[in-house]
Formats: sequence, C-alpha cells, structure tokens
Amino acid sequence: MKRLLAWAAFLAGCLYFLLPLVGMTEFSLKMRRGEYSFDAYARVFEDPRFWETFGYSLTLAAATIVFGVLLVVPTAYWVRLKLPQARPVIEFITLLPLVIPAIVIVFGYIRLYNTSSILPLTGSAFGTDILLMMGYATLALPYMYRAVDTGLRTIDVATLTEAAQSLGAGWFTILARIILPNVLVAVLSGAFLTLAIVIGEFTMAALLNRPAFGPFMQLLGANRAYEPPALAVIAFAITWGCMGLIQLVTRLSKHERAKV
Amino acid sequence: MAFLDLTNLEKVFGANRVVTDFSLGIEKGEFVSLLGPSGCGKTTVLRMVAGFETPTSGSIRIDGQDVTGQRTNQRAIGMMFQAYALFPNMTVADNVAFGLKIKGVPRDEREARVAEMLRLIGLPDLGSRFPFQLSGGQQQRVALARALAPRPRVLLLDEPLSALDAKVRVSLRNEIREIQRELGITTIFVTHDQEEAMSISDRIVVMNGGIAEQAGAPFEIYNHPRTRFVAGFVGTLNIFTATVEVPEQGLLTVAGQRVALPTGGIAARAGDTVTLALRPEAIQLGSAEGREVVIPATIEEVHFLGSVIRVRARVMDTIVALDTFNRPDQPPPSIGSSAEISFSLRDVILLP
Repeated sequence: MKRLLAWAAFLAGCLYFLLPLVGMTEFSLKMRRGEYSFDAYARVFEDPRFWETFGYSLTLAAATIVFGVLLVVPTAYWVRLKLPQARPVIEFITLLPLVIPAIVIVFGYIRLYNTSSILPLTGSAFGTDILLMMGYATLALPYMYRAVDTGLRTIDVATLTEAAQSLGAGWFTILARIILPNVLVAVLSGAFLTLAIVIGEFTMAALLNRPAFGPFMQLLGANRAYEPPALAVIAFAITWGCMGLIQLVTRLSKHERAKV
Repeated sequence: MAFLDLTNLEKVFGANRVVTDFSLGIEKGEFVSLLGPSGCGKTTVLRMVAGFETPTSGSIRIDGQDVTGQRTNQRAIGMMFQAYALFPNMTVADNVAFGLKIKGVPRDEREARVAEMLRLIGLPDLGSRFPFQLSGGQQQRVALARALAPRPRVLLLDEPLSALDAKVRVSLRNEIREIQRELGITTIFVTHDQEEAMSISDRIVVMNGGIAEQAGAPFEIYNHPRTRFVAGFVGTLNIFTATVEVPEQGLLTVAGQRVALPTGGIAARAGDTVTLALRPEAIQLGSAEGREVVIPATIEEVHFLGSVIRVRARVMDTIVALDTFNRPDQPPPSIGSSAEISFSLRDVILLP
C-alpha cells in the first residue's frame, strides 16, 4: 500500500512537471493546420535575430565563464588554503545573488556606472557588455563558487600546494598546473550552469538594452503565437543539454579515476 | 659551520610556544631524525627549514647562505609528505619531471633524469601510470624520486612512512637510507617511531615540548639518555627506586640489597631516593656471574616473539619487563611461577 502511494505521488509529480511541457511542445508543432510540423521551429531558425541574439548570449556566456573561473578558482583556493575561518562569510556573500533580485542588482549597476558617473560603463556598447558580463558572473556566482569549492574539497589543497612549492613552483604555476586541472570537472559543471543561466537571462539584458537571447524570447512571445513555445522548447533543450554534459563529464571523470 | 645550520629557532603561534631555542648543525650528507611525541615541535622545525613556517626568531643557513626569510620555492629543498602528495592529474613521469620543468631543464636532459630517478626507485616501467594506479609504497617511492630529481640541497622527510603498512614501511625505510647514502644528500627525517629513527639515522634529536632534549647517535641516545624523558621515550625502560646510603662511594639500597655503583660517587645526600633505569635486555632471568643484583620475582606474562621472549615479572610493587633470547633447549617460564631476576650495575642508567 505504501509503495503504491509512493508511486502515485511520483506519477502525480511527473504529470505536474511534464504535462505543461508536453502541451507546450505539442502546441509548438501545430503551426500547420490539421497536422504536426516543425514550421514554428523553421521560422525561429530563419529569423536572423535568433542567431544574432543567440550568438551574442553565447559570446557573453563564454566571457562570463572565463571571468568567473578567473575570479572564483583563485578565491576559493585561497580561502581554503589561507582563510578557512572566512569560509562562512565568503559563502554568505556568494549566496547573496540568490536573495537579491536581478532587477535590484541591475538598477544598482545603472546608478553606479551611468554616463555621469566616474566609471561610465553604460556610455558605450562595449562598456555595457562588460557590465552585463559582470552581472551574469554575479548571478552565476552561487553555482560557480559551490561547484569549485566542492571540487577543491576532493583534493588535499594544502599538501599539494606545499609539494609544488618545495619543487620550486610559484603561485601562478600552482594554480594553473596543479589546482585548476584537478578541479576541472567541477569548473566545467559551474561553466555549464553559467551557460544555462546566461542563455535564459532576461532582466539584466533587457534593462541594459543589450541584444541578448532572453529579451528576444520575450519579444517573440509578445507578438507571435507558435514561435514562442518553439523557442521555449529550444531554450529547454539547451539547458537540458548543459545538464546532460555536466553528468557526462562527471561520469567520465569518475570512470577515469576508477580505472586501474 | 655545518652544512645546514639551525640557530636558536623559536616559533610561537598566538600564546603557544611550539619551538623553543632550537639549535642544530647538520653536516653534508648526514641523516638526522627528529624524534618525539605528537605536538613536540618536530614537524614545525621541519616546516621552518622548508620555508612553510617563518621562525619567530633564530636563523636557518644552508651551505652558508641565510635562507630564513626566503620563500620555499627559492630554497632548493626536496620534501616527502606523509600523504604522498603526488599530483593526481599527472603521470608518474610528469610528477618526477615537475621540478625539472620549473627549473627550465631542457627536454632531453629532463627525460634522462626522470628515467634515472625511476630506475633508482626501482619503478623504471611505471612512468606512464597515474598515481591512483599505484600502491601506497609505490606512490611514496615516486614522491621520493620527484623530490630528488631537481638535485635539492636538503631532503626533508615528514613522516613519509606513517601511512604505509608495517612490511612496506621497513623495506621502504631501508631503500630511503640506501638512496640517501648513494646520493650523499643531507636529510632531515621527522618521525614519532623510535625504531624507525634508530634504524636509519646517523643522529637522532629527541624533542619534547618544543625543546631538543638530546642529540646524538642512536647508540648514544639509547644507552646513555641524558634526561628522564629521553630514557622513557626511546625504548622500554624498567624503573627501580633506590635509597642513597653513602653518596661519596655510590652506595645504594635497591630492593633491600646494598650495592655500590661502579661509577662511584653520586651527587645526592644520604637518605635521598634516586631512580635507576634498566633496559629489558639488561635484566636476566635467574642469577649469573657478574650480575651483582639478584631479586626474587613472580612471572606475570610471557610473550613468545620468536627469537626473543618478553617476560613481565612482578618485583614487589613494580612490573619489570625483560627480554631473553629463545633457546630450544630451555622452555619459557610458566606464568605465576617464582623466579629470580638479576642485573649488573654496569647496565644501570641513573636518571636525574
């Protein structure tokens, strides 16, 4: 009886999550009257703005990942090595983006970096792109920091550092050749999560008026019927693709380590 | 001046003084062990030599050069850790080559040196393996090769055998000693295992509470301990209390017997109690010629260890441990039986 109830609860949960997705996907295939087709998807892919915004978001995601890795890996490493007592504080700071809405952050940015400020980043497209990248890095910080910190937990950071130092290595060599390669799987997990966040992000890109994928999805949703669900399915596919890649990388790494 | 000179080293962590006025000179090619219980400061001394800790005061000189303020990566030292500390992302060969790459050694020379090191540690065919594919003993051998590859001035060993099983530990310590002798590299070995320290060291420094209690050859430390701590920490010790009768002549009363110390007078007053210590191998079952003290005892425990039989006997209120060699024609004593134990006063260590 208990098992039956558990299965019933599981099925109800699945239906709750899957039905809207199935409905949305089904609707996205109904553009041609009376039969299923990929017309809506074709329209989306034919739209040059799709490729422009998708390419823009992808570029910004890559920049965000590089910036995030450069910021988070040395920070998490240093905190583990030299400032273990500061870990709770750092963890709290990295969690802040989860509790502060993106709209608050972006208004803060606009106020701080507007054209009449000391650092007028919003005065140029490139400057705004940098600002947007920083914003994305902030949004991805909780995920990136946790992923890297978990990766660092699996290796003996202090002893490996001392071993490398005794062999003549400096900080840069230690980070680049010892620490980073050993937390690469964790960094990749963080990177894919960052990619998923950046691809779907709307608030910051819209308020900073940048041609990103999020605002494009919103624009399409406001003016078309069949294309928005098609676009949503594509966005889901990208996100799930990223999740799948995280799993794949993690499994491959475990497999490599287990192989004797 | 010695090759490695540690002068008046002190290390204070907050309110805790971990190392106090530690001075030691180590000659080139010498193998010195820092021996002591956990928290005695031995690892801190080693870490100061490595550059991982900065001394609160004092100086460290290697080959005449003051390295006290120098960073670890500039000291040209090699180090082995208890946890192996091989780089998991690199093969054995890459691990061994790491220090050479940092030094900018050309590729051909580097490869030759790696092959030489792997031959030296007896693992010439495992260069392409990753650390996780090796046993603990093999990993520690690779760690030794990696530490030695860049030709360091000093080799530092931080309890490198502690994580290994007993058999591997013995064979690896002998290998380490052989390699150290072959290369003539100045070595500091940190351990809390007295047997380990005595078996491979030229000299041992026994540490306690951040202080070097005694430094000397293993024979010297074992047979002539200068402090009660050294006597108790290195080897097993039997303690007898004696009453001083005539201090000028070294006349004492032990277990009801009046005896004279062969060393003559002692610095005490008549009526004082002094502590006499004896190693288990200095006490014999039964009486024998040349053994001045004979005491009745009751056998409490008998441990047959193969070539040696360890007996624990009760003498009045104290338990005495003694070792005798196994003899096939003489069975070990039975538990509960009465026996006599004897010792020579020449073997007595008079503890301060």
